[in-house]
Amino acid sequence: MLHFVVRRVLWAIPVLVVVSFISFVIIQLPPGDYVTAMVAEMRNNGEFVTAVQEEEIRTALGLNDPLLVQYVRWISAILLHGDFGQSFHWNAPVADLIWGRLGITLILSTLSLVFTWLIAIPVGVYSAQRQYSFLDYLFTVFGFLGKGIPDFLLALVLMWVGFAWLNMDVGGLMSPQYEGQPLSVAKALNVLGHIWIPVVVLATGGAAGLIRVMRANMLDELGKPYVETAYAQGLSERQVVWGYPVRVALNPFISTVGWALPALFSGDVITAVVLNLPTTGPLLLQSLKMQDMYLAGGFILILSVFTVIGTLLSDILLAWSDPRIRYA
Amino acid sequence: MSNPTLPPMPSERLLDLRDVQVGFATRDGRVAAVNSVTYHVDRGEVLGIVGESGSGKSVTVRAIMRLLAKNAVEGAGGSIRFNPDGDRELLLSAEHKNSRLMREIRGGRIGMIFQEPMTALSPVHTVGTQIMRTVMLHRKCGRTEARARAVELLGKVQLPNPEEMVDRYPHQMSGGMRQRAMIALALCCDPVLLIADEPTTALDVTTEAQILDLLKSLQDELGMAIIFITHNFGVVADIADRVAVMYLGRIVETGSVDDIFYAPKHPYTQALLQSIPRLGQARVRRLKTIRGSVPDPYNVPKGCPFHTRCDFADAALCGTELPPRKAFAGDQSALCHFAGELREAGQ
Ligand SMILES: Nc1ncnc2c1ncn2[C@@H]1O[C@H](COP(=O)(O)OP(=O)(O)OP(=O)(O)O)[C@@H](O)[C@H]1O
Ligand SMILES: [Mg+2]
Repeated sequence: MLHFVVRRVLWAIPVLVVVSFISFVIIQLPPGDYVTAMVAEMRNNGEFVTAVQEEEIRTALGLNDPLLVQYVRWISAILLHGDFGQSFHWNAPVADLIWGRLGITLILSTLSLVFTWLIAIPVGVYSAQRQYSFLDYLFTVFGFLGKGIPDFLLALVLMWVGFAWLNMDVGGLMSPQYEGQPLSVAKALNVLGHIWIPVVVLATGGAAGLIRVMRANMLDELGKPYVETAYAQGLSERQVVWGYPVRVALNPFISTVGWALPALFSGDVITAVVLNLPTTGPLLLQSLKMQDMYLAGGFILILSVFTVIGTLLSDILLAWSDPRIRYA
Repeated sequence: MSNPTLPPMPSERLLDLRDVQVGFATRDGRVAAVNSVTYHVDRGEVLGIVGESGSGKSVTVRAIMRLLAKNAVEGAGGSIRFNPDGDRELLLSAEHKNSRLMREIRGGRIGMIFQEPMTALSPVHTVGTQIMRTVMLHRKCGRTEARARAVELLGKVQLPNPEEMVDRYPHQMSGGMRQRAMIALALCCDPVLLIADEPTTALDVTTEAQILDLLKSLQDELGMAIIFITHNFGVVADIADRVAVMYLGRIVETGSVDDIFYAPKHPYTQALLQSIPRLGQARVRRLKTIRGSVPDPYNVPKGCPFHTRCDFADAALCGTELPPRKAFAGDQSALCHFAGELREAGQ
């Protein structure tokens, strides 16, 4: 097992190098660059900048160096100083912008992932065990509705319910008066009062699909001979089902943890915009619209790194849960 | 718990099935898989059950284990009685799949081995874990003790390096090794009855012989009774004390191994015996095959279920009337109108 983990981690390193290089090339792709935009703004403000001066600024910033040199400078600044460069649009370091929103994004997304699994796994197992029962049909209907209704619509409905019926101020992650306040019990409660809407929205969408997956996996597994063997040992139905087939049916779930990680980060952009959440999703959208290259580049890099780490994590978890993979 | 309308079981009797009927509700109607099956197993004896595929051998033992599929419908008149300790008759046919009594009996008093060693063990648990769970469940003991028991058992079924084998996963073992592990699992709580449902069908001939030898030596050592299901008469001769022959959900003939082999009374048994090669046959002739094929269980023929393929059938009688069970010396009986009147083949 240790051997397996070490090998996978070592493999991740070259992948990360290639991925970061591609991210850098991508942010260079749009015509023009940081200086073009800066000079244009200076000219707008009535300053006089000659083409020669513009070239000088460019040289001073190192933008005329070969791509490889620039890449090494960019990546070593990130690796050595955690410096992702400057956001043109926000006029602030990219790192501050991203890290500021990353924490809340991860909390929100992890919560909704946990809820998704808490709903999807038991419901999927139940539906398979009692296939074609009343509740199975009910869950199926719920599943298709949950899958069919767009997340942002559900978000709007929940906001309206919260606002009109429950008399809550909704949207955002906390009421304005707590913004920028130090953490307190009141603030934490206030956040809890706000966070349930995005969690419910994100969890229903995800759970609806996963219930179907879990149900199908379980139906496959429940018919296998080892389940009958387990019954023949005198285990109760609950012990059999949760002890054996669920373990096997979970494997495909585990392999999706890896995709969940980057998805956590880019999140459901539309839902976040609708709910006015200070997560990373809307920021990414904006940076792409504004051609804010270092911000977008930083995002792409982090997303790619998360994808690589997520896949690594999935592989390790899967190997831990399924011996057939570990020894393959 | 005993049923007042049934005569008490003799003390040597371990398991007694009477008129067991199982059908299945399917989309295309009702399939009668087991019709009025009556057999018994005495303490410490090996009962061989022989029959073609689809004759209801597995369904019958699943009825004993109360592990029938959800769509199974059991006939009300049947009874399955089990007397594990010689002092209490348990009416298993009245128990539900998940009843406490059945959960104690399964794995605790009755062990079961299945046909498919490749898929009958959980792929994501070690062999040791699977044995330990059963031991801890029935013996209420801790992990260390259960593990020691698992190692002991794996040694008993003659797996090499049992200390290492407990931590193996099924996919790291060969079919024969898995079937040994399966046997260890079935025997882990010293059951009084072992049900082996075609335990060697999926194995090659050499491995089959080894597994049979193992089962025989374990039976000598532990003294449990065995219901050994197979479609191979040769295997039955090797291991069984008594034999029951099944055809289309019925026991058509039962008797001691010698009686069945040397004096078969039912045309189906005779035909089966003529279809296997045997030493000491009078002269070498072509092995016979049984003409036709097994009727499908949705359309069981009227009268004797075998008459469509029988060389001796009398259309008027066999085609209309279900034959009575005719008894012969030494507990042999056959379900045939002409049993005892036919020239006995196979001698
Ligand atoms: N769940 C079920 N639904 C419908 N029919 C079933 C079901 N289980 C078994 N049967 C039918 O019952 C009949 C007897 O099956 P059984 O498994 O007992 O045969 P068998 O004698 O064990 O054969 P084999 O040698 O192939 O194992 C078969 O015709 C089978 O199709
Ligand atoms: Mg069978």
